[in-house]
Amino acid sequence: MNELDQLYQQVILDHSKRRIGSPLVETTEGLLHGESHQHNPICGDQIRVRVELDDQEHFTSMSWEGDGCSISMASASVLAEMLPELTKEEFLGKRDYFREMMRSKGNFQPDEEVLEDAAAFVGVSKFPARVKCAMLAWVAAEVAMHEARK
Amino acid sequence: MYPLPNRPVTILCHGLSGIHDNYSEDHVHTMTGQPEALEALTAGEVERIKADFEILEHQVNGVDVVYLDSGATSQKPRCVYEAEQHYYENANAAVHRGAHSLAVEATEIYEEAREKVAKFIGARTNELVWTANATEALNLISYSMSNASLGRGGEAAARFRLGPGDEILTTELEHHANLIPWQELAFRTGATLRYVPVTEDGALRYELLDELVTEKTKLVAFTHVSNVLGTITDTQKFVDAARKVGALTVLDGCQSVPHLPVDVKALDVDFMAFSGHKMLGPTGIGALYGREELLNAMPPFLTGGSMITVVDMEHAEYMPSPQRFEAGTQRIAQTHGLATAVSYLDEIGMGRIAAWEEHLGAMLYEGISKIEGVRVFGPADAQRIGTVPFEVIGVHPHDVGQYLDSRGIAVRVGHHCAQPLHRALGVNSTTRASTYLYNTEEDIKALLEALSSVREYFGV
Ligand SMILES: Cc1ncc(COP(=O)(O)O)c(C=O)c1O
Repeated sequence: MNELDQLYQQVILDHSKRRIGSPLVETTEGLLHGESHQHNPICGDQIRVRVELDDQEHFTSMSWEGDGCSISMASASVLAEMLPELTKEEFLGKRDYFREMMRSKGNFQPDEEVLEDAAAFVGVSKFPARVKCAMLAWVAAEVAMHEARK
Repeated sequence: MYPLPNRPVTILCHGLSGIHDNYSEDHVHTMTGQPEALEALTAGEVERIKADFEILEHQVNGVDVVYLDSGATSQKPRCVYEAEQHYYENANAAVHRGAHSLAVEATEIYEEAREKVAKFIGARTNELVWTANATEALNLISYSMSNASLGRGGEAAARFRLGPGDEILTTELEHHANLIPWQELAFRTGATLRYVPVTEDGALRYELLDELVTEKTKLVAFTHVSNVLGTITDTQKFVDAARKVGALTVLDGCQSVPHLPVDVKALDVDFMAFSGHKMLGPTGIGALYGREELLNAMPPFLTGGSMITVVDMEHAEYMPSPQRFEAGTQRIAQTHGLATAVSYLDEIGMGRIAAWEEHLGAMLYEGISKIEGVRVFGPADAQRIGTVPFEVIGVHPHDVGQYLDSRGIAVRVGHHCAQPLHRALGVNSTTRASTYLYNTEEDIKALLEALSSVREYFGV
């Protein structure tokens, strides 16, 4: 696979079209919910992420709407698929692991057990200009989590 | 004592010598800044020009780089950075200070550069103020006018005063550099900012000028060439409208001075800003042209050393233009680099460069329009330079740019510092190809070919 094909793996292209979790859904009564709008001023990509958690600090859902490149949109889709049922702590652990991969400049063997479809983003780490695109949804989800209130 | 260089210190680039003998005096100036029908560069000449640009011999992702991002910044011929090196090796000193030989030499180089660049745009030498870039040049006017509005500059500066009820007019297609300084000036003075809108194609709605320019209008700021669309403005319409009511005119020459013959006197504008790095020159150097009587009446923006005559603890008297606006130690090597770039362009002839780029621009516009699933932006019937923005339907510009990069093709993606224009066009961002004198027909063909396969790659 050449570098471009590593960047645009089929999983990523598929997710960028399927956009799991998009558009935004109404919040559910009784759950904690938080929202965050993130914007990358360099390329204009933007995303609004809404997360819901139950009283045991488990995510129950993530929904989002955004406008951006295939990397940023696919990353949101992958995360929306992965997030439900994770605890806050599990999410933060995966976030750290994903970020470590993004900073690896391609020297990383992702554990697919941990990252599931997000492991396909390993090719992005060879393109420093695109790392922000891949991180955008993760940043939004984390901010939304901290904002979450009843 | 010091081994001073033999004058002139300008080093000519090898590829050029001799090939343009018939055209060296071809510096044609027309009212609209558009070239007369001059013979375009030949493909052979372009190849020889290209050989002066070391960076264009580099490979990107295993293929020769195809640089189609000169609208953002141009590449530099060897002679430009050799001129800077030559300056540092032979004449480096502070200008307008000191009695030693190096200081004299540096001052001469600095002032000769001014003379050369001023002549290039048809200005008198003392009408050219050095700045860091066009952005600083436009801010210089904005801040000088707010200083005037606070009462600085006395009676002579009355023309520059703004207050509630006064209006500044700009357009919807400006680069942010020719918009935000006027927004800020309006905020600081209480004046109102208005703008000439564009059609959904991005054409300026000149028919509204009569309505928009009134006795309240004190300043009209507009671009000569759109950095997004590449379209050339009918400057005469703006100048005529402004003159009728005595408003000052500010022309953004960032995208015209590098690509077209430009004569500020023929254009009849009061001010013009441009950047050296877009016209083969170094970064960090640009200029503001202003009519002599205006520059001498306008209160300064930056103040400090080198711009004064007599100073006591309470006041200072200021030098006339251009020193009045050049406080502090200046960018001497960069002015020399820019002057060398201007000699290089002059030797080839701006008319011939413009004719070549018009040809490349037409190839781009027509070629891209024909590709299925790709849409070009900008009015079809406009006069344009070699700048064309487009959209590959269903593929985000960032992904288009990445795909092209994998084939060695450098283009710009995003809003190109013109968010209001993009909003008017109904998109967040575009992909833009922009040419210069070193681009060949093969470069355009490489882009067109790559563009035909983008949608297939992304599966749309
Ligand atoms: C039309 C126009 N105006 C102003 C600018 C600002 O130039 P600089 O960033 O060199 O100050 C640019 C550069 O992108 C431009 O294209």
